[in-house]
Amino acid sequence: MKLLVCIKQVPDLESRFKPDAAGVWYNETDLAFRMNEYDEYAVEQAVQLREKLGEGTELTVLSIGPDRVVEAIKKSLAMGCDNAAHIQDQAASAKDPWQIASIIAAYAKDKAFDIIFTGMQSQDRGSAQVGVTIAEQLGFACTTTIVGFDYVDGTITAKRELEGGIKGVVKLKTPALVTCQLGLNVPRYPTLPNIMKAKKKEIVAIPVADLLTEESLTTTASFHPPAKKGGGIVLEGDVADLVEKVIAILKDKTTVLR
Amino acid sequence: MKTLLIGEYREGKLLDSTYELLGFAGQMSAETSMLLVGSETQLPTYSGTLYLAEAATCGEYNPGLHKKLILEAVQKESPDLIVFLHSSYGWDLAPRVAAALKAAQISEVIAITDGGFEVGCCNAKMRRTVKPATAQAVLTIQAGAFPVLQSGGTPNIQKLTAAGDCTLEFVGYEPAEKKDIDLAKAEVIVSAGRGIGKKDNVPAIQALAKALGGELGASRPVVDAGWVEHSHQVGTTGQTVSPKLYVACGISGAIQHLAGMKKSDFIIAINKDKDAPIGEIADVLVVADVMQFVPALTAKVLR
Ligand SMILES: Cc1cc2nc3c(=O)[nH]c(=O)nc-3n(C[C@H](O)[C@H](O)[C@H](O)COP(=O)(O)OP(=O)(O)OC[C@H]3O[C@@H](n4cnc5c(N)ncnc54)[C@H](O)[C@@H]3O)c2cc1C
Repeated sequence: MKLLVCIKQVPDLESRFKPDAAGVWYNETDLAFRMNEYDEYAVEQAVQLREKLGEGTELTVLSIGPDRVVEAIKKSLAMGCDNAAHIQDQAASAKDPWQIASIIAAYAKDKAFDIIFTGMQSQDRGSAQVGVTIAEQLGFACTTTIVGFDYVDGTITAKRELEGGIKGVVKLKTPALVTCQLGLNVPRYPTLPNIMKAKKKEIVAIPVADLLTEESLTTTASFHPPAKKGGGIVLEGDVADLVEKVIAILKDKTTVLR
Repeated sequence: MKTLLIGEYREGKLLDSTYELLGFAGQMSAETSMLLVGSETQLPTYSGTLYLAEAATCGEYNPGLHKKLILEAVQKESPDLIVFLHSSYGWDLAPRVAAALKAAQISEVIAITDGGFEVGCCNAKMRRTVKPATAQAVLTIQAGAFPVLQSGGTPNIQKLTAAGDCTLEFVGYEPAEKKDIDLAKAEVIVSAGRGIGKKDNVPAIQALAKALGGELGASRPVVDAGWVEHSHQVGTTGQTVSPKLYVACGISGAIQHLAGMKKSDFIIAINKDKDAPIGEIADVLVVADVMQFVPALTAKVLR
């Protein structure tokens, strides 16, 4: 069997974001990058399936982006992926979900993958489109937002998470793509021996120009902070003072301390 | 401007969120038609054209077939916009329709702006204004971003049928986990978010909840990590609450969390990040380290 997991590197979301020179995305200076949280669940699920199927199964991890994304690729290799494809693209962040999906579909087209795993969305862009669009372009069966996964003899049984915590149980035949939701499993931490082993694993570099044939279908006019709704007060300073102020507010504005 | 709205139906019922689509169309001042894979016994109160397919035969979750039905309606209506909710139904189906039409898709729209659409990004901390570059576009709108519009009337029904390609089999629904506590009844909720740092810090948050006579709530990562039981989770995939006081401890304020607690009477957020989006809805944002502030507050409340 051949498995593929697609990952993205995103900035630490606790950072402060400033617009870039064009004013359409964030300026990357001073940002620390890590693997998209949703993709960690995708990698873990793919690795678990790889372990279950054993010899004869190959798990490839793919990421599109500048050199920094190799860090996230290395983490996936240390978690248990067999090899990697780094699609080199300095301008990945300027591409829309349609283009990103098209690049991945172009890569996967002639490789006969049986199952593709992606995160349900990225934490920075959050379109929730890329996985489904790859599946549509490849003609794969697809389901999204999974919180349960099982595979037996060419059939995936997945649990989709619906609003209010209800789940929908779905069976799909491979080739198939699933998009992974938070809580699907418990992503492992790479161990030191596995980090060392990962260093020997192959990372194939492919220039994006080899795979890109599609134009963007959307344009971004601006990237900006939300207009503050105001109303609320912001308290800063020494903890003891803050406690006094909050106690006064609780007495004044709520009934909980009366 | 013409819109085709894709209504939602689950477990034999029309979902109220369908009326948010009409709220969106109202704001666009658009000519409107709707498509629903549902039932004739559960019609929306709305007086336009309704393309109706029976869920009994087409399935409630059968994206391949639903895509075909939508494409049929698109052919009849030639809409400029095909609009879904950004929900487990919408984000699953919209990209399939967009890919078939090779139309631009803009996800989780929160507002209509001059010639484009405003969407959130970076975990709700920032916004983007996005424009479609294709004549026809597919949108998903954020739950709760547009007003519910129930204009009344009965729809003019156009029946749709489609058969064939089922790329997956829907087995059935599994109910949500049983709740051992009903947060909806609590007057005070103190919730723990990822910012509390580790499981060992949960008791400190619980202590404040107890001191204020309330219950412990939690954001999703805290539940996924197994620090707190799922029954305490607040948000779209947890419980919806509206206590007199909600205290958010180390919670960033992602839309899925806000959807579950924004109707609280009074909201206090404790966050080390002054720009955390929870600040947009909090009455008071305390900029502090949660594990320094919370125990100090608890001690004072108990005194
Ligand atoms: C379909 C779907 C459904 C979802 N359903 C839900 C749901 O029902 N409920 C839910 O909560 N989420 C839900 N989520 C997840 C949601 O998108 C967010 O990922 C989640 O709410 C983030 O939780 P958090 O705020 O605790 O963590 P983070 O977003 O990681 O935020 C942590 C916050 O803590 C602050 N912080 C860190 N350290 C400290 C410190 N020492 N002192 C003070 N502050 C600190 C940080 O500044 C940050 O703001 C859902 C997501 C999806 C896609």
